[in-house]
Amino acid sequence: MTHTKKRRYRNSSTFLFHAMLFFPVALLFLYNVLPIPAGILMAFQNFQPGKGFFGSEFVGFKNFIRLWRLPDTLPALRNTVVIAVWKIAGNLMVPIVFALLLNEIRVKWFKRTVQTITYLPYFLSWVIVAGILIKFLSPGSAASEPGFLNTVLLNLGLIKEPVYFLGTNATFQGTIVVSDIWKGFGYNSIVYLAALTGIDPSLYEAAAIDGAGRWKQTVHVTLPGIAPFIALMTILSIGNVLNAGFDQIFNLYSPAVYASGDIIDTLVYRMGLVNKQYSLSAAIGLLKSIVSCILVLAGYRLADRYAGYKVW
Amino acid sequence: MEKTRKSKGRKVFLCLNYVIVAVITLSCMIPLLNLLAMSFSSSQAIIENRVFLLPVDFTTRAYEYVLKNKEFWTSVMVSAKRVLLGVPLNVVMTILVAYPLSKSDHAFPARKYYVAFMLVAMLFNGGLMPTYFIVAKTGLIDTIWSLVLPGAVPIFSCIVLMNFFRGIPEELEESARLDGANQFQVLIRIFLPLSKPSIATVTLFSLIWHWNSWFEGLIYSNYTQNYPLQSYLQTLVVSTTEALRTSDLKTIMELTQVNDTNMKSAQIFISVIPLMLVYPFLQKYFTTGLTLGSVKG
Repeated sequence: MTHTKKRRYRNSSTFLFHAMLFFPVALLFLYNVLPIPAGILMAFQNFQPGKGFFGSEFVGFKNFIRLWRLPDTLPALRNTVVIAVWKIAGNLMVPIVFALLLNEIRVKWFKRTVQTITYLPYFLSWVIVAGILIKFLSPGSAASEPGFLNTVLLNLGLIKEPVYFLGTNATFQGTIVVSDIWKGFGYNSIVYLAALTGIDPSLYEAAAIDGAGRWKQTVHVTLPGIAPFIALMTILSIGNVLNAGFDQIFNLYSPAVYASGDIIDTLVYRMGLVNKQYSLSAAIGLLKSIVSCILVLAGYRLADRYAGYKVW
Repeated sequence: MEKTRKSKGRKVFLCLNYVIVAVITLSCMIPLLNLLAMSFSSSQAIIENRVFLLPVDFTTRAYEYVLKNKEFWTSVMVSAKRVLLGVPLNVVMTILVAYPLSKSDHAFPARKYYVAFMLVAMLFNGGLMPTYFIVAKTGLIDTIWSLVLPGAVPIFSCIVLMNFFRGIPEELEESARLDGANQFQVLIRIFLPLSKPSIATVTLFSLIWHWNSWFEGLIYSNYTQNYPLQSYLQTLVVSTTEALRTSDLKTIMELTQVNDTNMKSAQIFISVIPLMLVYPFLQKYFTTGLTLGSVKG
């Protein structure tokens, strides 16, 4: 092929590539990228919908100062980080342990059934799961008896009176973390199960010949075998430190548990759409976005450096 | 070595392991079975707390009522419309992004700029209020497009499919190009037929996402007749908390209880049926998607 022909070839290709990307990029620009400068603008304005993005008054850092003084901000930040860190830890460990247990099961139909059932909750929306949980965890009231869990705990004598899991500050965060792990552990174990099947069986044989029992085999062969995946999943979850799970908490919290359950995302929602404090809401959203973005990028960098994992 | 004979400790462990795994599995089933049982039980039996895993005073009255409930069916229709518009759009957009970006920087020199753009769109969230105002400014409020256009390009799916496209041998493309096919034809005739499993994965995830989303419906609709099913269920099942911003604990506890539980259960259960229908397919494909997206990279 001559040089010019090759080039024309490539030019027609790149033209088609640009054409393919036109509509997706236009949509992303409108709904994902354009809100970024709009949000930055709003955060430094006293934004009023009637005056629009260019007519609203510029107020400098006033919104950020007000945020700092607002009594809701710091508790929301603390709740976010506490809930998110517990969720990250639980969502790493429980699936690993579950995958290890499941890996020991040799009866095929049993394993398949277990997988089918435990993966299911992941695919239900938080609205559905909240609907189920509210009833399931209910402490009862004047009009009705306690829900399933309280009834069981009462009958076993583990508690003396019904616990209002979702309505008291002492239990709310724990309930959120446990129910989140419950919803996702089956699905999250898939990665580790896949990694476990990738371990060379001859390593186990060699360990057995050296006199290692099953426990030692697990510690010295299985865990090192899936360690890279554990490391990768840990690194990639760094970006979630400010994501405590809006969908879940919005559907499960109530004013009674704002002290322990209000997170940045729910605060942004109430400030913006309920109280119409558009600029304050945009300001706190902006701060969250910046920190999250830095954390995610740090995670990608680490993943690239230590696990050779490239996202794009 | 006598290692082939199972030691006593090993046997105990295996038994215990089956029990533990069975209990964990039951914990995933019980809430769902409880819900199903309640949807087929009488209100009286539910209030008296007699329903556990099997229906008590078996009745289909809740379902009969739901079938006649106009609001419920309106929201089902909105959801159906959303899925029919949104899923094909998601899949087409995913393919259109994944194919050019799966090429090397040499074959597509502008690739790096597009990747940078995608990265910005993926990592930096504009925030709730700015996004809301953009959606409002583009005139989408109270239309089905507010549920379809803002999420039209699922970037995660693009990455999954892009990685799959990269695994297809270059020789296939080269020979087709030599036969005179342009890139669009290469995509349609060669890449798409070879990536059916990945496209199935992307389609299923888009389907689940559209079916399960509730928040957009809630904020982008001023009228309840524009709510998709999950938004309707959200207001029905959960948002007592919304209305009770100022009331005390006691009233909240009572108000979350007095509504007709069996009716809610029936509606929740009906909304899960479509998921159950695609679940077998999902199981076949989601492992592909997951390993493609997160492990192989």
